[in-house]
Amino acid sequence: MAGIRGYWTLAAAAIAFRILLLFCLPKDFHLGSHPEITTPLTSLRRRTSPFACSWRKVTGSSRRPCRPTQVSPFPRVPTGERAELVRCIMAPLCYCQFSGPLVLKDLKGDLLISTADFITATLIRATGKKLMLSRHKHLQILNLSKLVEASGFVDSGDFAALMYLWNPMTIVICIGSSTSPIDNLMVVMAIYGACSRIPPLAAFGWVFAVHLSLYPVILIVPIILLLGYGLDAPPSKSFLLKNSYARKNSTLAKIQVNSGTSSQTDKAINHFLWIPVLHFALWVSVWLGYVLVLSSISLKGIGSITEMFRKTYGFILTVEDLSPNIGLLWYFFAEVFDFFRNFFLIVFHVNILFVILPLAIRLKHRPCFLAFVYIAISSMLKSYPSLADSTLYLSLVTLFSNELAVSLFSPVMHNLWIWRGTGNANFYYATGLAYACLQTILVVESVGSMLKHDRLLRKTVEAEH
Amino acid sequence: MAALCRRFTGFHFLLVLVSLSISSLVFGDWIGDDEGEQFTEELLLKPLPDRKVLAHFHFQSTAHPSPDSGHHHHLFPKAIAQLIWNRAPCDAVGHFMVQKFQIRDLELSFTQGRWNYENWGGSDPISSTNAKPPGVELWATFNVPVVEIDTTWKNLTHALSGLFCSSINFLESSTSYTTPSFVFGLNVSNIRYGALPREAVCTENLTPWLKLLPCRDKAGLATLLDRPSIYKGYYHSQKLRLTSTKLSGIILEQTLTIVLQPNIQRNSAHSLLDGAIQPSWSISSMFKRNLTGSCVLARTSRILVELEKNIVSKLEELGHGGSWSNSLLDLSPNPFRVIKEVNPFPEESNSILFEYVNSKEYEPLDVGIKWKLPFVWSSPHAPFHASRFLMGSGTERGSIAISLQSTKSDEYFRSKSNECRMQAVVFQVVPWYVKVYYHTLQIFIDQKLQNLSDVIEKIRVTPSEDKKLPGTLELVLGYPCTVQSVALTLDFDKGFLHIHEYPPDANQGFDIPSALVTFPNLHSSRIYIGDDSSVHSPLLLKFQEKNVVLSYTEVLLVPFTTPDFSMPYNVITFTCTVLALYFGSLLNVLRRRIGEEERLMRSKDANKRGLIPSIVSKITSKLRGMPGSKPLLIFAVVLSVLFHYIVN
Repeated sequence: MAGIRGYWTLAAAAIAFRILLLFCLPKDFHLGSHPEITTPLTSLRRRTSPFACSWRKVTGSSRRPCRPTQVSPFPRVPTGERAELVRCIMAPLCYCQFSGPLVLKDLKGDLLISTADFITATLIRATGKKLMLSRHKHLQILNLSKLVEASGFVDSGDFAALMYLWNPMTIVICIGSSTSPIDNLMVVMAIYGACSRIPPLAAFGWVFAVHLSLYPVILIVPIILLLGYGLDAPPSKSFLLKNSYARKNSTLAKIQVNSGTSSQTDKAINHFLWIPVLHFALWVSVWLGYVLVLSSISLKGIGSITEMFRKTYGFILTVEDLSPNIGLLWYFFAEVFDFFRNFFLIVFHVNILFVILPLAIRLKHRPCFLAFVYIAISSMLKSYPSLADSTLYLSLVTLFSNELAVSLFSPVMHNLWIWRGTGNANFYYATGLAYACLQTILVVESVGSMLKHDRLLRKTVEAEH
Repeated sequence: MAALCRRFTGFHFLLVLVSLSISSLVFGDWIGDDEGEQFTEELLLKPLPDRKVLAHFHFQSTAHPSPDSGHHHHLFPKAIAQLIWNRAPCDAVGHFMVQKFQIRDLELSFTQGRWNYENWGGSDPISSTNAKPPGVELWATFNVPVVEIDTTWKNLTHALSGLFCSSINFLESSTSYTTPSFVFGLNVSNIRYGALPREAVCTENLTPWLKLLPCRDKAGLATLLDRPSIYKGYYHSQKLRLTSTKLSGIILEQTLTIVLQPNIQRNSAHSLLDGAIQPSWSISSMFKRNLTGSCVLARTSRILVELEKNIVSKLEELGHGGSWSNSLLDLSPNPFRVIKEVNPFPEESNSILFEYVNSKEYEPLDVGIKWKLPFVWSSPHAPFHASRFLMGSGTERGSIAISLQSTKSDEYFRSKSNECRMQAVVFQVVPWYVKVYYHTLQIFIDQKLQNLSDVIEKIRVTPSEDKKLPGTLELVLGYPCTVQSVALTLDFDKGFLHIHEYPPDANQGFDIPSALVTFPNLHSSRIYIGDDSSVHSPLLLKFQEKNVVLSYTEVLLVPFTTPDFSMPYNVITFTCTVLALYFGSLLNVLRRRIGEEERLMRSKDANKRGLIPSIVSKITSKLRGMPGSKPLLIFAVVLSVLFHYIVN
């Protein structure tokens, strides 16, 4: 059960390594333009453009500001950039504070991103520890302690956190000045808040994650399940089985009633708690109100909230930017006939939505794992995917590494590094295709293994008696 | 559009014929009337330092501000008058243009080739008003309320595109025009500017342009416009400039600026010097046409030959001031009048104009210059030579650089250099798919990076919006006159377009319209010794106007990545396959009940028979049951394979 020895040393080393790279790399080392690393939504370069324009002190007192005031009542910023501008205004506490000095000095923003990475890793570690504890608790209740021993002593929390910190992709993304580590931090914050049943934190993370990249909106299902049922546990069926066996034993052998065990198993069968969920709803409305008020204040004189939604979420949902990324949609929408565009937009997004319910029904006892599956699916099907999305779920998958075959993601990792080449659009698309296939396999296999694992647990419980 | 054009051509030809006959019969004595409409034609010829000749045709028509004659015009082209103020839709004839455009100012130019600022001059009136960017450039100011301007502009582009048989209507889309605020020094909100750098210019644009002239190309100076010889030139710019005011009415200036290479007339006596002597030329040798008589409807018809001040200073050195026949060159025939420029600096020499009046009906006026001695001179340069180029490699990103190199020519600025401060206005329109990061603007002066606030006096940036607006940069730079070079760089990313948005021959790349660099404190105005002749010459009046010195940069060709245009079906099928794989397998995993399957397997085990053997046995038993089916099956398979093969 001991954590990885020297976790803090390794974590500090990871951060130090990042900072070292930031200092050492030449200024014209443009990692940020690689489509794998940044997307129109997360490119810091794109984000700074409107800022630099309005903040640069080119415009003296008598001179005209560089933000145009003619003709259109709204500043003319390219849609993506405008989306970011507006969103940045909307969330002063996550962007503006570092985007501002960033214009003056590039390093500060990168330092902040490294810090975000570190916080993310710490939260992943804490989540992992909680998951581990609950897992051991539940296995002990089921009298399956030997399974605990068999699974080894690796602390999955430490492992996942280090996985996140030392993942070469995360490092590259951090250096490539992409803002997705902040998005990831918000997602992890929401999950951690839900795991440790702190509704304000969960609500904060969720609201801001939605605000930043929209797709985490589906995480509301696992968050509510986490708050309601608690952490991942073996399916309630195993506990019921155990209970019934215990009762059968006690009635048959007429030994003294093992009331302790049965009450313990009863307790382990989690009942849905409404209080934290209601708290969560309250806090979500508080944070939403906060965000909307902030944005309406900052949008005064520029545009309306609906305009902002159209330019931010609309930009994400309608796949307006067709620059290549590692997903499939850019090429698809560059080639597809305009007549079918809307149809396919609906089809692709419905593909995310349609699996929510079946997954939630089948995996409701493992909300944390459910969150991971949701993240993986949305990172596969989102309109502007990047490596940053995959780093998040790849580190989360290690949380369940005891359950899943570790060898599962080694081919994924391998492939992630192979498709770096560019060239013909078809080739690039083919790599995206392969990547999507691998992600599909990862998701499907992990869901399959988790279900198998649960079944195995039940079988062992049956076999015990 | 072609159909419209043809219809329009026929109609217009008829109109011109009718108006010609009417005007010559009925209004014969009306032509000289000052009150009504006027038409003048002028031609300026000028030898250029690089052995070429500039020919600048200037036709000007004016119409009365509020004609009492209703829709009727004697000389002024009706189509243009309707462009400016159309009081009511005229059902009978004005069937193609019923909108009210209310244009205050309009300039449309069709240009082929690039004006050579180094050799052909950069600070004289011709270069500052008639050097235009390649392709089509259109700007207009309107007299309509601000909200209606965009609609009016769109209608105007369609009208002009029909009128001139060109694709000006592409300027209709909001991605291709912009609203400059201070570059043109005009009213801010009601100007629209658009350019089509790739538009090819040919005779089909010239013919409708000529139809606006009262004599077309049947009489007068326009008869010189022999298509093969003028399109053989190095530069060809046909321009239409409209100004309408309440006071002076509508003024329509039609100018055609061409740079031609005269044929070298082999002269046996000077055969040794032929290489060094400027080629001698005359109107008939250059245009392959003879000029006989003027357009009878023209109030004035004259030819001017200009000798630049550097030639004049040489002549003065040789001791023949303003003479047209001397040891250096021979101007024939003798000019009607000599017009001298007055310069504020008396120590410098001035350019000279020799005027010919084109009035003789039967004797061709063959103006020409015969050079006698080898002579090299240079044209007046603008203080800075503007050029633009791309930096970076690959098709993902790049930088646009605009550089201003000092030409070291203008001693005037050099003399009072200490306190002298130069201003340069840069105007650049970039299509939306070239995503310029305006925050990456860097300015180098003499290869040293400058603090932006020190150099930029005024800036206005309109960032592009995807598929909606082009990006516009307007910038006023201020720097000392002694500076040798100024360079601006801007980084950009190349966007990716939908397969239908690429132009034909997408692999060639996209053209970015020319940037415009103006020097607002320099003016190219000339003052001529005040005799009344200049008052009657619209061309000379034009030269006396205060025009800002400007220069257009090159058109940039930006290579773009292209998708595989043959792939749509493949991409759709592949992507959908992956999605189906994901969705199907995930649902399959969720739906599966392993316990059920194991139970099934156990029951199967009882039968002691595998799945595949049972299927095989089933099929074989069925086949045995139907005796004729086997050859039938084989036949069907062969048939389908054959069919597939033939179809493909």
